[in-house]
Amino acid sequence: MNHIDRRNFLKFFGAGAAATLAACKGKKVSDTTQSALSAQGKGKEKAYGAMTLRTNPNTNDRVSLLGYGMMRLPTTDGTAARESDAPIDQEQVNRLVDFALEHGVNYFDTSPAYCKGESERSTGIALSRHPRSSYYIATKLSNFNEQTWSREESIKMFENSLRQLQTDYIDYYLLHGCGMGGMEAFKSRYEANGMLEWCIEQRRRGRIRNLGFSYHGDIAVFDYLLARHDEIHWDFVQIELNYLDWEFADEINPRNTDARYLYGELKKRGIPAVIMEPLLGGRLANVPQYVVEKMKSRRPEDSVASWAFRYAGTPDGILTVLSGMTYMEHLQDNLHSYCPLQPVSKEEEDFLYDIARQIYDLELIPCNDCKYCMPCPYGVNIPAIFVHYNKVKNLGRLPRDKGDENYKKYRREYLVGQDRSVPRLRQADHCIGCGQCKPHCPQNIQIPEELHKIDAFVERLKREG
Amino acid sequence: MLNVRVHKMLRRIRVVLAAVFFLGLTLLLLDVSGVVHSWTGWMAKAQLLPALLAGNFLIVALLLILTLIFGRLYCSTICPLGVMQDLVARLNRRMNKRKRYSYSPALTWLRYAFLGLFVVLMFLGLGGIAALIAPYSTFGRITTHLLQPVWALCNNGVAALAESVGSYAVSETEIIFYGWLPLGIAVVTVVLICALAWRGGRTWCNTVCPVGTVLGLLSRFSFYKIRFDTDNCTKCGACSRACKASCIDVKLQAVDASRCVTCGNCLTKCKFDALHYIAPLAAKASPKQSPEEPADKGRRSFLITSGLLATAALAQEGKKLDGGLAAIEDKKEPSRQTPLTPPGSLSARNMQTHCTTCQLCVSECPNHVLRPSTKLDTLLQPTMSYEHGFCCPECVRCSEVCPTGAIRPLTRETKSSTQIGHAVWMKKNCLPARDGVTCGNCERHCPAGAITMIPLDPADEASPKVPAVNTAVCIGCGACEYVCPARPYPAIYVEGHEVHHEK
Repeated sequence: MNHIDRRNFLKFFGAGAAATLAACKGKKVSDTTQSALSAQGKGKEKAYGAMTLRTNPNTNDRVSLLGYGMMRLPTTDGTAARESDAPIDQEQVNRLVDFALEHGVNYFDTSPAYCKGESERSTGIALSRHPRSSYYIATKLSNFNEQTWSREESIKMFENSLRQLQTDYIDYYLLHGCGMGGMEAFKSRYEANGMLEWCIEQRRRGRIRNLGFSYHGDIAVFDYLLARHDEIHWDFVQIELNYLDWEFADEINPRNTDARYLYGELKKRGIPAVIMEPLLGGRLANVPQYVVEKMKSRRPEDSVASWAFRYAGTPDGILTVLSGMTYMEHLQDNLHSYCPLQPVSKEEEDFLYDIARQIYDLELIPCNDCKYCMPCPYGVNIPAIFVHYNKVKNLGRLPRDKGDENYKKYRREYLVGQDRSVPRLRQADHCIGCGQCKPHCPQNIQIPEELHKIDAFVERLKREG
Repeated sequence: MLNVRVHKMLRRIRVVLAAVFFLGLTLLLLDVSGVVHSWTGWMAKAQLLPALLAGNFLIVALLLILTLIFGRLYCSTICPLGVMQDLVARLNRRMNKRKRYSYSPALTWLRYAFLGLFVVLMFLGLGGIAALIAPYSTFGRITTHLLQPVWALCNNGVAALAESVGSYAVSETEIIFYGWLPLGIAVVTVVLICALAWRGGRTWCNTVCPVGTVLGLLSRFSFYKIRFDTDNCTKCGACSRACKASCIDVKLQAVDASRCVTCGNCLTKCKFDALHYIAPLAAKASPKQSPEEPADKGRRSFLITSGLLATAALAQEGKKLDGGLAAIEDKKEPSRQTPLTPPGSLSARNMQTHCTTCQLCVSECPNHVLRPSTKLDTLLQPTMSYEHGFCCPECVRCSEVCPTGAIRPLTRETKSSTQIGHAVWMKKNCLPARDGVTCGNCERHCPAGAITMIPLDPADEASPKVPAVNTAVCIGCGACEYVCPARPYPAIYVEGHEVHHEK
């Protein structure tokens, strides 16, 4: 009865989905799942069950396990906004947001830095078409640039977020990328200018409902902030968690920290965790073929990505799992993973760790293509170079030894493929090693060193033609 | 009747050979993949003037003998510019059925004037200007500057298609604009030559072309020529109307052998069996056919073909050595006191006196290092610069294709130890010296290990590191210049050497 009402309601009032959801919220505080939403009418689309919801212990917000990351919004030329100069396809964003809300997604995560600074505006346009109570907005104090370190500039950034998002309060506000650039950067960005206190003050005044931080990089900053939990009272913390980072984060890169530790520290203190990078920038959706086969043989109808989402959503204390969804099929696939969540069993968990070990053994460059390092002042397309290298390595088609059977073929593939994905003047040989990119990398990749390694590899390939 | 068949066959053989050479050479000049030259590279080396300049006297001798036996067959088959004119003339005949040629007296003095001018210019070392009327290189310039960009565009279209289906068989190539002068020269020559060919067939070959004139001197005395059978001839003039060389004087029943390119068109047009492609003795023989005659003709055509193939085979023998992206400002070519010439060219002098500017090396260079010079004394001859890539020590493609000996064949080993210039550091452009950033990209990429980064201030180890070039080791490959991040002018560039030496 309930869902028939909803569907009719939706038909007549396209914008009303979330309102209904909000109405439900009050009714069912104790249930973890809501009554079923189905979309059987729509072609061959699989039916969705009810979205799994998690409760924020501080505000009793009922948050959808799938959170919408607004950092890879679609553009008019059919790519994600970070990859092209084309404007954001607002019509498409509206469609995606409507569909998400309609199917229970109610957490939208943006930042003044996303999509070349266009994400908040676009998110605001899409969400303002729905009642404010039907969704939660998360945005961040993204004062990375030294010019925005002053108190005035930082406050301006917050006020601008409100304006862009067409609201007068933020549900989840984050100090963005704490740990990037180490303790020094943190102190300059949030302490010396008094912005941390200012944010706490805004929380008291209700302009910020939940205050938290997102963590990348230097573990000292993470530990420092949690040590001050009693005084600050963090409402949530955003961390990177996926089955590769659980155990291997520091093995892939000694300057990163295993998700097991991060999650454990939060759980100990009862702080809800918001999960980012459940797919490691898409890398866990694009695994070697033999891994695909293993996954498919266990759950033939589920996508490769769904394993990563189910994994990230399973531990308790996880408030929501963010996914930067560019296309409708991303959204639909993720909805299948969380409507409702089928938790990963202990046995499945071990299966995933086993896969993680195998992926780790491939020694890929841990680049997530987040493009924080860009633009390189010398024009080098850093992430595209890493992505190409990883892709080829992942496929097992890296030309290694001249005597190898497939060497000639793989060599051509690597060189031609590289020219196709990166223009010559933006390739690794143009990295001068100035290191300006390094502090921006949330994965702490030693970018110049890695580029020089790839450059040497490519030069060798060219020589041995 | 039998003669008609033989004549048709002779002409067909000529047409097939012409097509093979024309297509082979065109492909050679268009190629962006670097594959074609091992197949048809010898065709460029079989060209008379390049062979002469390269000192391939065997080829020169063979071509001269070929001419002494068969007449100017060279102009009808081996020379791509001659075939190009035939195509234009044929197009005109196709579109305009009434188009007829007619006999015109030879412009002998003009011919010798052009030949004399050509020789004088060559001896003055102005090969680039002289070569403006050299046949093969004219064809090379036209093809490289007018057709290759179109070809490359098509290649890139196919490459995009290949990419979309995940194939790596075809890769994209950069399309380089070499400037208005080379393009202008190509346009003017192609318009001029096509207009002449459209109007009167082989006018250019028999008036301007120095190779045509030289071969014409020999073909007067060639063993086989087109000869009139005065008994059979009705002076109908069909032969003269078909002669694109305008060399058949029907009134006198004479063929000007110095202009005849032995195309065989007249033979097939004569309805009275009055024209024969024969040796002098045969001309005196009875007009009645002996039964062996066809076999004899067959042997002759066999001789023609095998003669050409022999030339080809020999040429091949000689070829044995074989979140947003920062805008990037285009690099500009630094002004070099001494221009660079590619390894294998031995010296600026050797390049200047040997190169006929066919542009084959320019179109062959995979890194777009070679480009035509715009200086008067080296007009359109290849010079080097490193904005698009550097002269990889492992690549010897230009030396493999050069037909004239302007770039001599050299091995990878010789190339990587040949100094064509040396790197020069420009402090005012160098980023570490200017902006204090760390760089060292030149040091990292120097294949000769000639660059070491040293502190700018010798007293301060921590001062920015700048390159020190060991010019004794530097080979001038330009890797440093190519990867130098300073723009538009690099902070390290290669100054040419007039004479190359091995280190």
